[in-house]
Amino acid sequence: MSVVSALIVAVLFGCGVYLVLQRTLSRIILGLALVAHAANLLLMVVGGRAGRPPLVGAFEEGEVVADPLPQALALTAIVISFGITVFLLSLAYRSWVLTHDDEVEDDVEDRRIAQLGGEEMARWWRRSR
Amino acid sequence: MTALLTVPIVVPLIGAALAVVAYGHRQVQRVIALVALAVVLAASVMLLVRVEADGVASVQVGAWPAPIGITLVADLFSVLLLVVSIATIAVVLVYAIGQPGADVDQPVFHPVYLVMTAGVSLAFLTGDLFNLFVAYEITLSASYVLITLGGRREQIRAGMTYVIINVVASTMFVVGIAWVYAATGTMNMADLSVKIAQLPDGVQTALAMFLFLVFGIKAAIFPMFFWLPDSYPMARTAVTAVFAGLLTKIGVYSIVRTQTLLFTEVRPSTVFLAFAGLTMVVGVLGAIAQSDMKRILSFHIVSQIGYMILGLGLFTVAGIAGTVFFVVHQIPVKTALFLTAGLVEEGTGATALNRVGGLLRRAPLVAGLFLLAALSLAGIPPLSGFVGKLAILEAGVGAQRYAIVGIALAVSLFTLFSMVKIWNGVFWGTAEEPTAQLAAAAPDAKLAIPALMQAATVALVALTVAIAVFGGPIYDLSVRAAEDLMDPAAYVGAVLG
Repeated sequence: MSVVSALIVAVLFGCGVYLVLQRTLSRIILGLALVAHAANLLLMVVGGRAGRPPLVGAFEEGEVVADPLPQALALTAIVISFGITVFLLSLAYRSWVLTHDDEVEDDVEDRRIAQLGGEEMARWWRRSR
Repeated sequence: MTALLTVPIVVPLIGAALAVVAYGHRQVQRVIALVALAVVLAASVMLLVRVEADGVASVQVGAWPAPIGITLVADLFSVLLLVVSIATIAVVLVYAIGQPGADVDQPVFHPVYLVMTAGVSLAFLTGDLFNLFVAYEITLSASYVLITLGGRREQIRAGMTYVIINVVASTMFVVGIAWVYAATGTMNMADLSVKIAQLPDGVQTALAMFLFLVFGIKAAIFPMFFWLPDSYPMARTAVTAVFAGLLTKIGVYSIVRTQTLLFTEVRPSTVFLAFAGLTMVVGVLGAIAQSDMKRILSFHIVSQIGYMILGLGLFTVAGIAGTVFFVVHQIPVKTALFLTAGLVEEGTGATALNRVGGLLRRAPLVAGLFLLAALSLAGIPPLSGFVGKLAILEAGVGAQRYAIVGIALAVSLFTLFSMVKIWNGVFWGTAEEPTAQLAAAAPDAKLAIPALMQAATVALVALTVAIAVFGGPIYDLSVRAAEDLMDPAAYVGAVLG
């Protein structure tokens, strides 16, 4: 049982990371959602084996119940990642409205300085030969 | 006493709710935000006085006993940072109000700004690892809105990078939390301090390094710093200033807190010093390559984080005391530098070094404020940066880590160099391609910069000077805070009873 859950977590993480590394915003957001699901599922796996009764009402001495804390943590994390995903989607929409493109843009100033550095290196290389 | 601990978290949230109700009434919103921050500042100062006199204070939220419920804890380290942070947040609010035009001071600004304040306070005061995650999310969600406020094209581009990298880091934080819980079965940091020490060495090291990685992204440590100089300069100045002063420092706070409290038996000194050295060097070299005031300052945020990790990496009382003092000094100094950059932008319309020039005559007050803050950042005596760097370097010599001390000294020199570069570009000489605002005015005419913005910057620079003037007492407090950090018995005792 826990091997299956561990495998699901691993596959979700793998697919999520692959999508985050793409250059298209919509794929990145989907990737982040997958990674968040993987993390939440990991929290559930951490809580112990499945099938134990929930912590409700009175219990006999020595009876085993499910650990409620990881469930509460996962719930909180789900709410947070839901909110952030919605915000990211609205950002991506705004980006599309402004640029009519779904790609991550380059930092212009950064490119300019990298180019300056490149030219300087080339000059230094020519001189030293 | 116990109620005092909840004030910095609850009052800004109530203020935020009221500010939402007052949507569209700008004056009412301003009053609400100012009153809320004044109350929080007063409560933080009272908390500092009480903690200084009586030692670590704690409160069990919802009256659930310690390892089960959420605990709020205030020790000297957290309270010192809380007071400086809230003071800085309050000054930047005044600055934002003083800025003409509805750019920053939009209806949505005040509620979000107050929510961010609540998140910052919670991050400093919480004694629960998962609650720390929640504090991060509160702060970051607010910061996502603030960094994209205005919705201009370059803001959306920069904001996207910022949001994505932080979401990735937060997800990794959840994974770290899951692992810590799997290993120990608790989230209370005082309880974790006891239980993690009983784990096998390998597990302890793995957890310590993973949490260092998570907070390292938030604190912009090499090689996880690339997002910061890319995204910070694009936001509005008041927003960049408060981010520069606070957000990375919460990351540093979390690193210091978790490494000293949770992992009492893991002391990877050399690893930390290596990261510290690389962060300092790469940050300052990045700064030298830039030709825009805000971008230079953004790279310096990274560089200065290195000093903080250096002090921690020594794992001595003297080193950590240096780190505590250095963080206390950095929060107002870094913010003040960005505020002066904002004043330059307000007066001339740009911060690129080749587009402005000769401001020494046209805005002498701004030049003076920048000079004080810049020399303090570079560590020139008698300003506060000198005290902080001296404390860290002395600790480094005391621990016989001469190589890293040498690197730190060299980095200081480069810091001074790039501050001089800003000085030459902005305050001396003439602009190569002057901005429209500069070209239109007479050569010796004083620049029109709103008085309230200047007053706020003066107040913050005065705070940095005060940190230098009261350097002795503040350093003594830092040493006491470091002693508590190195020996968490008092912290654990106050929480678990």
